[in-house]
Amino acid sequence: MSSPEVSAPQGQPGLDPRVPMGDRRSRILGGGAARNTWIAVLSTVVFFTVVGVLVVRSPGWPTVRFFFFDGAEFAYAFPEILSKFGQNAFIFCTSEILVLVFALLIAVLRSLPGAVFAPLRIMAAVYTDFFRGVPTILVIALLGYGMPALGLKGLPDSDRFWAIVALTLVYSAYVAEVYRAGIDSIHPSQVASSRSLGLTRLQTMRHVVLPQAVRRVIPPLLNDFIGLQKDSALVAFLGFNEALLRAQIIQANDFNFTPYVALAVIYIAITIPQARFVDWLIARERRRREGATEL
Amino acid sequence: MTEAIRIEGLRKSFGDHEVLKGIDLAVDDHEVVCLIGASGSGKSTLLRCVDLLEPVDAGRIWVEGIEITAAGVDENAVRRRIGIVFQAFNLFPHMTVLRNVTLAQEKALDRTPAGARATALSLLDRFGLADKADDYPDRLSGGQQQRVAIVRSLAMDPDVMLLDEVTSALDPVLVAEVLDVIRGLATTGMTMVIATHEMGFARDVANRVAFLDDGRILEVGPPEEIFSEPREAATRRFLDRIIAAGRM
Repeated sequence: MSSPEVSAPQGQPGLDPRVPMGDRRSRILGGGAARNTWIAVLSTVVFFTVVGVLVVRSPGWPTVRFFFFDGAEFAYAFPEILSKFGQNAFIFCTSEILVLVFALLIAVLRSLPGAVFAPLRIMAAVYTDFFRGVPTILVIALLGYGMPALGLKGLPDSDRFWAIVALTLVYSAYVAEVYRAGIDSIHPSQVASSRSLGLTRLQTMRHVVLPQAVRRVIPPLLNDFIGLQKDSALVAFLGFNEALLRAQIIQANDFNFTPYVALAVIYIAITIPQARFVDWLIARERRRREGATEL
Repeated sequence: MTEAIRIEGLRKSFGDHEVLKGIDLAVDDHEVVCLIGASGSGKSTLLRCVDLLEPVDAGRIWVEGIEITAAGVDENAVRRRIGIVFQAFNLFPHMTVLRNVTLAQEKALDRTPAGARATALSLLDRFGLADKADDYPDRLSGGQQQRVAIVRSLAMDPDVMLLDEVTSALDPVLVAEVLDVIRGLATTGMTMVIATHEMGFARDVANRVAFLDDGRILEVGPPEEIFSEPREAATRRFLDRIIAAGRM
């Protein structure tokens, strides 16, 4: 290439040292950026046109369009469902906040060293195994129907309350595992250097391990939250009047499935930006790490 | 002179591999002792045992006259009085340089944030790092990071400093700046035990040199004696290899 002075970064033997890094990378990915964009746009348009034509020309398409993509029905159902989606948003937002705290507690319990803490570690392990093993809808049903049925004084009997408890219990099990992976990923030398300065085990966890661990697991944690948001629709099972139940009622009244499509649109509109945000975080973290090693 | 460190019959195994096979060593206040020996001879493990980072299998250790291997000793209190600097710096990457130096002062010594900050800034200034206080460690060169690690330990006002091959992970051009810092510390009378492969440096800075071989201290003596007329054949072989490798 143009300048023979450009040398390969250390630790990458076998690469031609005369080829600058940027060129090599773009060549592996396939040529100039502008040309690539055009090819991508063209192939995408062709692909989706073909798929669209195939669907639209299928024998059952008029029926499907009538029952699932009815414009007037959509215009009626969408605001109705959206107004109930606030209930879902309340449920998943509250659950997420509780999960952040509760899962961290479980993860820290599971990471405690030493024989003395064995019972706590076992309890935390049993908890995560159990709630990752039972279908979410069963936990919601068991708590939502079962707890109020106990008739205990002071125990709330609102569906919304038990839905939040159920989602918190289930998703804390997943998120605890995510946290634990983050805690385990912190090199023991960080703990050694903190302890050598006289910080206690707890102070080391609080100031040295957790801040680094949590930062590392934000992307997988947000992925679990997207799952939780979708599962807030399961509360409809209890007969709680949220977005999915609203869609079901409209569908049953009008003999038309377009309300489900409307709800799907709402979910996609809130989850896709989050998924893109997660990707962006991961890419930024990778760039940061590469930038640091090149120093 | 009083003793800063006394080690008697120290043994340490990892699994069925015995790394330390009965170490006896005494270090006086204001003394600098360099540990030399091949990789795997037990230098790092010895230092980590003195800081109670590794549980000891047998033997006893005293620091400033107090036995730290006794039952019921507050190991956090022990570690506060001993500074250790590692080969790989081990700075906290999520904190600024200043926070790296103030954290333990505040949390372990209960110093006020203002007091900790003042101590940190004056030490950073003394070691030429004043303009790095607000940077994160990954913006610093290896030599700068290692100097910050030394400052972080010094800020705790330790009785003793343990240095574990602190220049082994550095580019050759960065070694000198770190060794100069340690030389400076020696002139202030800091008691230090230094595991090192830098023989020229050991000869300069050490009051005594201890040669470790396979988990034992084979000989201890003034540097001129160890480097010029070692008693043990193993010491001579080790030094010959070092000279052949151009490290002395």
